[in-house]
Amino acid sequence: MSSLSSAGAVAVLLPPGGLSASLRRTSALVRRYMYLLRSSGIRLIELIYWPFLQMLTWGFLQKYLAGNTSPLAHAAGVLIGAVLLWDILFRSKIGFSTTFIEEMWSRNLGNLLTSPLRPFELVAALSVWSVIRLCVSMIPVALAAFFIFGFNLLDLGLALVAFFALLVLTSWSLGLLSAGVILRYGLGAEELAWSLAFILLPLSCVYYPVSVLPQWLKPISLALPPTHVFEGMRSILLHGVFNATELWWALGLNAIYLTIGYLAFRWFLRGARVNGTLLQLGE
Amino acid sequence: MDERVTTPQDLAGTVPVAVRDLTKVYGTVTAVDHISFALAPRTTVALLGGNGAGKTTTIAMLLGLVVPTSGEVRVFGADMGQHRYLVAQRINFQSPYVDLPMRLTVRQNLMVYAGLYGVANAEERIAYLAEDLQLSALLDRATGKLSAGQKTRVGLAKALLNAPELLLLDEPTASLDPDTADWIRQKLKDYARDRRATILFASHNMAEVERLADRVILLDAGRILEDETPRGLIETYGRETLEEVFLDVVRGRARRLDEPVASEAEEAP
Repeated sequence: MSSLSSAGAVAVLLPPGGLSASLRRTSALVRRYMYLLRSSGIRLIELIYWPFLQMLTWGFLQKYLAGNTSPLAHAAGVLIGAVLLWDILFRSKIGFSTTFIEEMWSRNLGNLLTSPLRPFELVAALSVWSVIRLCVSMIPVALAAFFIFGFNLLDLGLALVAFFALLVLTSWSLGLLSAGVILRYGLGAEELAWSLAFILLPLSCVYYPVSVLPQWLKPISLALPPTHVFEGMRSILLHGVFNATELWWALGLNAIYLTIGYLAFRWFLRGARVNGTLLQLGE
Repeated sequence: MDERVTTPQDLAGTVPVAVRDLTKVYGTVTAVDHISFALAPRTTVALLGGNGAGKTTTIAMLLGLVVPTSGEVRVFGADMGQHRYLVAQRINFQSPYVDLPMRLTVRQNLMVYAGLYGVANAEERIAYLAEDLQLSALLDRATGKLSAGQKTRVGLAKALLNAPELLLLDEPTASLDPDTADWIRQKLKDYARDRRATILFASHNMAEVERLADRVILLDAGRILEDETPRGLIETYGRETLEEVFLDVVRGRARRLDEPVASEAEEAP
């Protein structure tokens, strides 16, 4: 070793504790996900491909309905707005979960979990990356919706920012739950990562108001944060009214679900350490 | 000690590894059965045993990947169940059962782990390790496109990024050709000497154990059968090589020279 240049012979280590160390580790992991995305053009295209197809399908349907049948369909943009907002929730959830699963596919989780990386830093990195992925995915699609159908997502105004944030928070709760289950039960539970968000599709009234649900189902629906987001969206697009109460409900519920999601993730992680599942990851 | 330990500095200078009455039970299977041992600073110790002897589980408990059913694991004085993060920066490990992300280049992988381990001089450190481990020409290649030997060297570079005082290795030369395996062993010897590091490695390879280890902990069915120097083990069992000792032990026909034979035992008063 002594014949080598000495500049890197000694590892200069930064303090492992504190906020700056947490930020450094989180950003190192986000950089890892960035490298991964950059390494594959196919992945990049796939991020945009599915939401683009969905937007096209529903956009043409909306155009057809607006010209022919339901008077409600004349309320411009409701359907496309719902599609785009649902995709924010769905894509963010998928971004969180698949990025986590990626660590298991690549058998890298053992390296991560024996490094100084804390579980909350892993969660923070997955969360930040889900938002970055979401922007990469949704911005081109929102632009396409504007140029093809004349739907301007920005017509939702500042509420759009709130809707976006609230849906992303919900997606993190779901992502934490599915990541925890996969961690504990292995890749056999992978299907959960894909399907969990769909539970919310009928219950959170993406394409129709809460009022159409049977009475017994309404409390369940109203206990879900996205229900309030989609109600709020319809309120703006159909009546031009910004309903702040809906957003506060969504925020409060998200706080509860996010706490539950993180505690569940930690509980499943602990279970994986107890059951030795972390030794068999990727197999 | 747990209550008083609050910073990594509190743990400086303590014994690298102390394991007491460590047990891991999975359902009805006891993988590790009440083992106790300690590693002195600057020693290289081999965990030797057949498949299912408990080597990997023991290392996983030292790393905090597996929670013990009972007993205690302390690394640099820190209880790994409670204070793993205080000492995580002073440890690293390599195993053929974990990989680095295949799509990332070698340099990208090492940069990510330099960030995770808080290596301030990451670029210089990576350049140094790449030169030392003959990886310089591979730094910008995808990790998944490397040969097994090259991947092992990259894994070793990752394990040495933070210049760990304690290096844990699970079968460090598994599936390598003899030449590459020998080269890796020499690098580990050099590292242990230059860094004055403590190394604990699990292995099936007797030549590797004889070459690297100052001491051998021989495991069978989760229990420690012997804790000796390689030479001491060979002498104790009256065999020519460590491999003969190992085969005798795992096949249940081993007899220490200091044990009385059955007829002697019967005659004893």
